[in-house]
Amino acid sequence: MTDVRVAGVGLTRFGDHPERTGRDLFGEAALRAFEDAGVDSADVEELNYGNFMGALAEHQGHQAPLMAEAAGVRCPATRYESACASAGVAVREAVRTVAAGDADVVLAGGMERMTNLPTDEVTEGLAIAADDLFEVRAGVTFPGAYALMANAYFDAYGGSREDLAHVASKNHANAVPNEYAQYRTEVSVEEAMDAPPVAEPLHLYDACPITDGASALVLVSEEYAADHDLDASVAVTGTGQGTDRMALGDREHLARTPAADDAADAAYADAGIDADAVDVAEVHDCFTIAEVLALESLGLFETGEGIAAAREGTTTADGDLPVNLSGGLKAKGHPVGATGGSQIAELTRLLRGDHPNSEHVSDAEVGVAHNAGGTVASAVVHVLEVAE
Amino acid sequence: MSDADASEDAAPTDREYAEWLDALADGGGFALVCPDGHGSLPPRRVCPECGSADLSRGALDETGVVETYSVVHVPSPRFADDAPYATAVVDFGPTRLTGVYREGGDAAPDPAVGDRVTVDVGERATDGERLVVFRPADGETGSGIER
Ligand SMILES: [Zn+2]
Repeated sequence: MTDVRVAGVGLTRFGDHPERTGRDLFGEAALRAFEDAGVDSADVEELNYGNFMGALAEHQGHQAPLMAEAAGVRCPATRYESACASAGVAVREAVRTVAAGDADVVLAGGMERMTNLPTDEVTEGLAIAADDLFEVRAGVTFPGAYALMANAYFDAYGGSREDLAHVASKNHANAVPNEYAQYRTEVSVEEAMDAPPVAEPLHLYDACPITDGASALVLVSEEYAADHDLDASVAVTGTGQGTDRMALGDREHLARTPAADDAADAAYADAGIDADAVDVAEVHDCFTIAEVLALESLGLFETGEGIAAAREGTTTADGDLPVNLSGGLKAKGHPVGATGGSQIAELTRLLRGDHPNSEHVSDAEVGVAHNAGGTVASAVVHVLEVAE
Repeated sequence: MSDADASEDAAPTDREYAEWLDALADGGGFALVCPDGHGSLPPRRVCPECGSADLSRGALDETGVVETYSVVHVPSPRFADDAPYATAVVDFGPTRLTGVYREGGDAAPDPAVGDRVTVDVGERATDGERLVVFRPADGETGSGIER
């Protein structure tokens, strides 16, 4: 086993790219990651690429070889699909490959094109991350599924739409200085409360936008970093993954996410840390309620207490435990197949000190990234630590 | 999938799901139940909770209890003419069901956690496809296929 270092990260701007194909977006992210890493693309031994709906959005299957071309690498290339956790699982396999000594340099990340489809078709496309027979045919949309979880949460533990509006407001504020974010505008709690409903109790500002974008990471072994004199100060010290029943109605509890509990437990054990050690987190807030569920699964808040975290200021930029300093999926944007990689890119920048929001976590040593697929039937958690 | 028809064409037929809907429409809704009492929905070869291959049909409870719900305002194309509509997850004994909650007449759907409902099969307003429908247990309840 070797330490896995994040040698470099690359992102495209998240948002609308109506006249660019996915291959160009991923190529941009990959080249930026190589430049950031100071690693020669010829050294890449594997490409792990996440994508969810490319067959629908771009009429393009079998994307991994295309993305290897776009990045200028010639090596085994594989597409990973786990809905919105596609890049998370791609990165996780890259981490395991390097940790096992099977490769010294792996390029991992993902891409999604979404804005070229009309909203109703994106709604349909995202819905297929749910159970077609027993959820989609019964009228469950992606926001609708999280709305079911939100009402179940309110019923079980209390909380209100206003608590969720604080999550939205916090994450929009965090996105303002982030050059990669889709929405760099503040949204007040009142504006979030007054926005039109999507699937009650979730309203417009409870939902992430529809986004195009790509993410790429160059992961290397500690030995490779030392041999090549790389500035790779952040290590991925823990990885974990969990799976739950596909349909929300088949879960043990409608307001908890055990797949993320399992992923967090495994990642913390892998890193040899407890949740107490975490200084900063990037979590999968595709909807505001999802951030609440993530905080509880990660053990950062007790069950039923995550709902108050943003309102009470614990998870704001100036709080004790800043969450989604990137702006989160909520405001930074959510190109679904790229998101898991972008979370680790943002966390790496935060821990290195070169993120526009790094000032809020100047003493941070440990970060955690939480990436979820569907209604958290899939979950991936990574622990990042400042290694030197 | 450029339109609703195309996506509907793309949906695969599952005979056991269709038969399960038939049974639900006839008032004989069931779950598949393993010896440990775990309920699930077809098609199944094994219990998804424990892996037992010894599955038998167990009747759903006559009425179910709403565990959570949402009123959907932004639909997928397949539900374009149905919105706004309410979805609910309802406990029917051996298993939970997810479906659309409808009240009689033109009333806006207004379910609440803890409400008692019955289940049958209705039609999607958008294209007439069959779907699982819940109705208030104490109000007028339909039978068989109706809108
Ligand atoms: Zn069983």
